[in-house]
Amino acid sequence: MHREHVLSTKELSRDDIETVLDRAADIAHSGTDRSRYADTILALLFFEPSTRTKMSFDTAMKRLGGTTIDMGSVESSSVTKGESLADTIRVIEGYADAIVLRHPSEGAAKMASEFADVPIINAGDGAGQHPTQTLLDLHTIRENVGFDDLSVGIMGDLKYGRTVHSLAHALTKIDARQHFISPESLRLPRSVRFDLHEDGANVREHTDLDDVLSTLDVLYVTRIQRERFPDENEYREVAGQYRITEDALEDANDDLIVMHPLPRVDEIAPGVDTTTHARYFEQAHNGVPVRMALLDLLLQGETQ
Amino acid sequence: MTDQELRVSKIESGTVIDHVPGGHALKVLAILDIDGSDGETVSIGMNVPSDKLGRKDVVKVEGHELSQNEVDVISLIASDASINIIRDFDVVEKSRVDRPSTVTDVIACPNRNCITTEDEPVQSKFDVLENGVRCVYCNTIIREDLTDHIHTA
Repeated sequence: MHREHVLSTKELSRDDIETVLDRAADIAHSGTDRSRYADTILALLFFEPSTRTKMSFDTAMKRLGGTTIDMGSVESSSVTKGESLADTIRVIEGYADAIVLRHPSEGAAKMASEFADVPIINAGDGAGQHPTQTLLDLHTIRENVGFDDLSVGIMGDLKYGRTVHSLAHALTKIDARQHFISPESLRLPRSVRFDLHEDGANVREHTDLDDVLSTLDVLYVTRIQRERFPDENEYREVAGQYRITEDALEDANDDLIVMHPLPRVDEIAPGVDTTTHARYFEQAHNGVPVRMALLDLLLQGETQ
Repeated sequence: MTDQELRVSKIESGTVIDHVPGGHALKVLAILDIDGSDGETVSIGMNVPSDKLGRKDVVKVEGHELSQNEVDVISLIASDASINIIRDFDVVEKSRVDRPSTVTDVIACPNRNCITTEDEPVQSKFDVLENGVRCVYCNTIIREDLTDHIHTA
């Protein structure tokens, strides 16, 4: 894999994906040579709150033997003085060997890549893309159920969920059957449906999980956010329909795995945690080896 | 009025935009930001019989030669249009519009959360699809009401 930036899963081929996942499996098994990255600095620029993504990038760089620098919260940064993202990037690229960027605007990482000579890794751009989340999602899927004859159900907020958009593009690359389950108002956006159609994806849309649950190998649940609904009652009604409990999983395949990018609120009942289906914590842990693999592959060219 | 008469009826210098789909002439003027308030002479033929299109519109603007940028944008709503540049009553340049693969700084992204709508040193850029355009930054697709989002003059 040779890429300057990681902006979207649209530009990743199946080969790219498998190269990262193979390297992640290798790292999880036998670690890496930490001396190679002793002088490497990764910048963490998070313009939106993050726990898992930021801490797992931090952990990944440090486990590779490098160090990280962190802009800190937006409130404590020069963003409050009105600095543009483009200027921030032009400054930070002089400090670090690569930049991890999360930003509330769609297309922020793409724009940042136009102002940087060091690799930009998109860690979430508004409702756009979140490609490194997808890589760890795919790692979890491959390790548990494999990519052959794969059927994935993705449920919840498909309209604004960037993890969903990135995952859908990537599942298309590995020829998975994709079932999208959501209320009508939170269907996949037109731009994502357009891409899936252009790429010949195997896609079905549903409003009811029961229509497909028994056929699924993976159920990927995402959070439906309160602010997407005009009023509290409507939110409660919809969110209640897309909540997973032990009972709801009774008709599921024994080998079904349930995933969630986290944080969850109440869309997966705690009772599900102790079932054989739950994989969301393992999924979150996979963020470290997968991001180590990605950094290793991206930075290889810079250190050799 | 025949097709032939329309094409040759004289303006001294400026641009004749021919073979615009019937009913789209006002959109072409909107794209060019021409509303007559600057005093330019403009003539429009709407829904004129045409061998090629059935019905077509023709727009003639005195004293205004279209830039490539303007031609690119017109191509988005009038893919069969032809552009005639007139100087001293003669057609000095005649060309068909050519749909570009991308258009830069002519369409404002309607997604209020797109990075191009913020105070950043970045120009809007759209890929031209068969039936619409798509923001290369946030991927928003515009099919309907394209002229509402065009901000070039």
